[in-house]
Amino acid sequence: MTAATDKPRLSRTHALDLLKHMVRIREFEGKCAELYTQEKIRGFLHLYDGEEAVAVGVIPVLEPRDRIVATYREHGHALVRGVSMRTTLAEMFGKQEGCSRGRGGSMHLFDRATNFHGGNAIVGGGLPLSVGLALADHMRGEHNVTACFFGEGAVAEGEFHESLNLAALWGLPVLFVCENNLYAMGTALTISESETDIQRKAACYRIPAEAVDGMDVIAVEAAARRAVHAVRNSGTPYFLECRTYRLRPHSMFDAQLYRDKAEVDAWRHKEPIVRFRQWLETNHMIHPDDLARIDVEVAAEIADAVAFAEAGTWEPVEELTRFTHADKAA
Amino acid sequence: MPAQAAEAGTVEVSYRDAVREAIRDALRRDKRVFLMGEDVGRYGGCYAVSKGLLAEFGPDRIRDTPLSESGFTGAGIGAAMAGMRPIVELMTVNFSLLALDQILNTAATIRHMSGNQFGVPLVIRLATGGGRQLAAQHSHSLEGWYAHIPGIKVLAPATLEDARGMLWTALEDPDPVLIFENIMLYNMIGTLAPGAGPVDIAKAAIRRPGKDVTLITYGGSLWKTLEAAGQLAAEGIDAEVIDLRCLRPLDDQTFVASVARTRRAVIVDEGWRSGSISAEIMARIVEQAFYQLDAPVGRVCSAEVPIPYARHLEQAALPRVLGIVAAAKAVLGRS
Amino acid sequence: MGEFRMPSLGADMEAGTLTEWLVKPGDRVKRGEIVAVVETQKGAIEIEIFEPGTIERFLVDVGAKVPVGMPLALVRGEGEPKAEAAVPSEAKTAAAAPRPAEPTPTPSVPPSPPVAQVPPSSPQPAALLAPTVGRALASPAARRFAGEHGIDLASVPGTGPGGAIGIADIEAALKGAGAATEAPTPKAVGINLDQMRAAIAAGMARSKREIPHYYLQHSVDVTAAEKWLAGFNATRPPATRVLMAAVVLKAVAKAAKRFPEFNGFFRDGKFQASPAVHVGVAIAIRGGGLIAPAIHDADVLSIEDLMSAMRDLVQRTRGGRLRGSEIADPTITVSSLGDRGVEALYGVIYPPQVAIVGVGKVVTRPWVVGKRIAARPVVTVTLSADHRASDGHAGARFLAAIGDQLEEPERL
Repeated sequence: MTAATDKPRLSRTHALDLLKHMVRIREFEGKCAELYTQEKIRGFLHLYDGEEAVAVGVIPVLEPRDRIVATYREHGHALVRGVSMRTTLAEMFGKQEGCSRGRGGSMHLFDRATNFHGGNAIVGGGLPLSVGLALADHMRGEHNVTACFFGEGAVAEGEFHESLNLAALWGLPVLFVCENNLYAMGTALTISESETDIQRKAACYRIPAEAVDGMDVIAVEAAARRAVHAVRNSGTPYFLECRTYRLRPHSMFDAQLYRDKAEVDAWRHKEPIVRFRQWLETNHMIHPDDLARIDVEVAAEIADAVAFAEAGTWEPVEELTRFTHADKAA
Repeated sequence: MPAQAAEAGTVEVSYRDAVREAIRDALRRDKRVFLMGEDVGRYGGCYAVSKGLLAEFGPDRIRDTPLSESGFTGAGIGAAMAGMRPIVELMTVNFSLLALDQILNTAATIRHMSGNQFGVPLVIRLATGGGRQLAAQHSHSLEGWYAHIPGIKVLAPATLEDARGMLWTALEDPDPVLIFENIMLYNMIGTLAPGAGPVDIAKAAIRRPGKDVTLITYGGSLWKTLEAAGQLAAEGIDAEVIDLRCLRPLDDQTFVASVARTRRAVIVDEGWRSGSISAEIMARIVEQAFYQLDAPVGRVCSAEVPIPYARHLEQAALPRVLGIVAAAKAVLGRS
Repeated sequence: MGEFRMPSLGADMEAGTLTEWLVKPGDRVKRGEIVAVVETQKGAIEIEIFEPGTIERFLVDVGAKVPVGMPLALVRGEGEPKAEAAVPSEAKTAAAAPRPAEPTPTPSVPPSPPVAQVPPSSPQPAALLAPTVGRALASPAARRFAGEHGIDLASVPGTGPGGAIGIADIEAALKGAGAATEAPTPKAVGINLDQMRAAIAAGMARSKREIPHYYLQHSVDVTAAEKWLAGFNATRPPATRVLMAAVVLKAVAKAAKRFPEFNGFFRDGKFQASPAVHVGVAIAIRGGGLIAPAIHDADVLSIEDLMSAMRDLVQRTRGGRLRGSEIADPTITVSSLGDRGVEALYGVIYPPQVAIVGVGKVVTRPWVVGKRIAARPVVTVTLSADHRASDGHAGARFLAAIGDQLEEPERL
């Protein structure tokens, strides 16, 4: 898929693609939740339910040579980018067949082949990194785009401001994608930011910005095409705020004392998969067979990934210290 | 500070000149190398290390940054991950704390955490140390703290050869390397062979062989220790002085072998005493040379106070030649 | 029939309290449906079921605190027949339940992670440096102790890291020297006399069991010795006056030097003469029992030094301040305690020594001098000796030598 035009090509194929990507992420996350309750996945688990339209709208617009930096809620981003579901799940099981050899877990998925530069467990920690990746491309005259995903909680961190400033000052090809899901863990946006219209902050750094309905995958894709096009052509940054909502708790162990069930239910009715399906059905672009087929394919892929992860092996303890530094040349 | 007459074929330079030449050399050798930090360009560097480099190499490769330690250190990490060879200059170790998250949580962890998919071939240079009456917030020696972190290397060049030669080797290393330049050394003048080039970044060096006691030190304290050794010699005590050069990894083989010969050791470390790298060195000596010791290991560190401004107080707080002499005599049972 | 188990919701969650069921037996449930509420340390969390089916039966009552992994309900899968009163696979008490939980779809039990092994040595301390030539590997504590007590480290086997000698090794070595005292562990300062007594008893029993003793006696005219002593002491203050015991000790020491088969140790089936003569002096311990610490190199000490050494030993014995080496070192023992009241004293050899000389009290007796009878001070000196190391012939000569020395005291 190239960014030749600003408008998404809404062919049936493409539409089904988008839908399947979102369903695939949703079902995968559901399976992760299940596996977590069974203690197959341990540590922290942050699920993407409700936000699928952002990753699915933005990432396919990027090219393979472009770069992605994400957060600890990055399973969806990894999957839609093309990181294998098998190695993703094996990673979460802690098996050495995982994409990070089992060393990172859910929050630290890395995949060199797809230029996936990691989940990051430090809020805001990925922003300076993305500035650096873009700096390297800029210095070498390569027209790559670095897409940096972060939540609205990160805009409170100093690194957010430092990074936007550096990217704008030096003219670096960073696409800042803010996934504004209204809560930084348990802290609502309204009680943590003096300026809650996030995309306005970019103006302070003279970075062109827009906000888009993050529950509408088509709108996100359209905005992403505009943004990626702008970044690649100008070599300068762009800021895209995607307004979305997290249907599940922040992480598995969260009693959600900070928000109403009624609010969550209200958003559930506007969540991206439901909305897109309804739109597609209304416009006669899909029929039930398609949905069934998607369900079957996704279920099969997930079952395969689970089997792969279960069958995976543990990295030998003797290897513990390996790759603290690069292996010395033989 | 030692000032020797230039011998034929050698050049008289300052430590500052040697560092500058090392940067210049690296910029010339490898287009991927660039220098980034506060006031490195137009200002010429807080300690004048990069003076003239902007004119020679241009603003792309000598990049002035805003005051965003975390931002530009993280950017250095990203650029290194994407194949460049940046030298990030953190003006002093005192300000590096703002970048500590990027150094520890990103630079040091990426290779291991990603299962060896990504490495960070980054060099960070930092000025360190006290002694110029810059008071509590500008006088830290935190090399020992950084040496606690797995995944990075920590260097402390104390001689001209090391100031000139460690940088290139560090740039060639596929993993992050931190180079600490003690501020009291920048003005130090000495001679350097004109062809002086890259040196190793793994081994300690015996700067003065001796047989009665081993004095282990690094960085700015090396010259005080050598001076102390001179005073001790006048009293018939033959001290061996070891310059650690690298704090991580520590070349314990060298200092343990020395202690096995002399049976006594004193560590001179500008960090605050408690939990400093002198404690790590002592631990290694106890682990490996316990049965060779004839006396407990001594150490001379900074007093555990925020470093004060008034000169006499600052001098009393930092390691001093007379303190080193006294400590050496103490382990020899002489007062 | 499937089981719906208490889920793990967090890295540090160990158990939860079931506060509410949101479904009831007979209800059909879909994957992802919220079926219950669990109270945790973070608050009430709704829990979902991941398998579709029909709730068959609750296994846990509302209000129960349930560990992670414990079954909460039986769930009949689609198309499964109703179960009879099935016994759940695990007890439903809230006591600690065995884990891990199995994933409901697949029957295989997942392999558990490897047991935490000792991680490999990363930049670990290198092996201990081998000792430099000529320097015994000994801990600082052992070295100091050895220095204080004149112990030769080279003779002590070490059991510490790399074969290093520690204090315990020195103590063991002293014990092994089989001093008369087996039990006492020499502390850095002072000996426990109770332990000493017990050890002496053991030693005496062993001695009689193992050593073939033979006994000789010799009576000696000590007129000359007494006269010499009187003259010697005339010019001395009482504190430094020499007693007959010291004179006898010196005589024995010099004789032992000439007759090495009475001066040394019998160990491991053979006798080894000692190059030095360290005479053990029997001293009575308050409360009963004897101890016989050594005066080192008694054959070369002057009479005055010998006397002051004896005084010092007695004082320190009374104060419990003997050193381990003093107990272990005697090469021959002299007991003058008979001078309390008996004419002849036959001692029991302290293993691994091979001789003990007994000295009785000085008695005025009729004595043949020349061809006439005179009253003379006479002392009976006895020898108890180890027949494995010497015989009566040598013993006789040894005793005779002692007598000769006593009769010419100025030559001592």
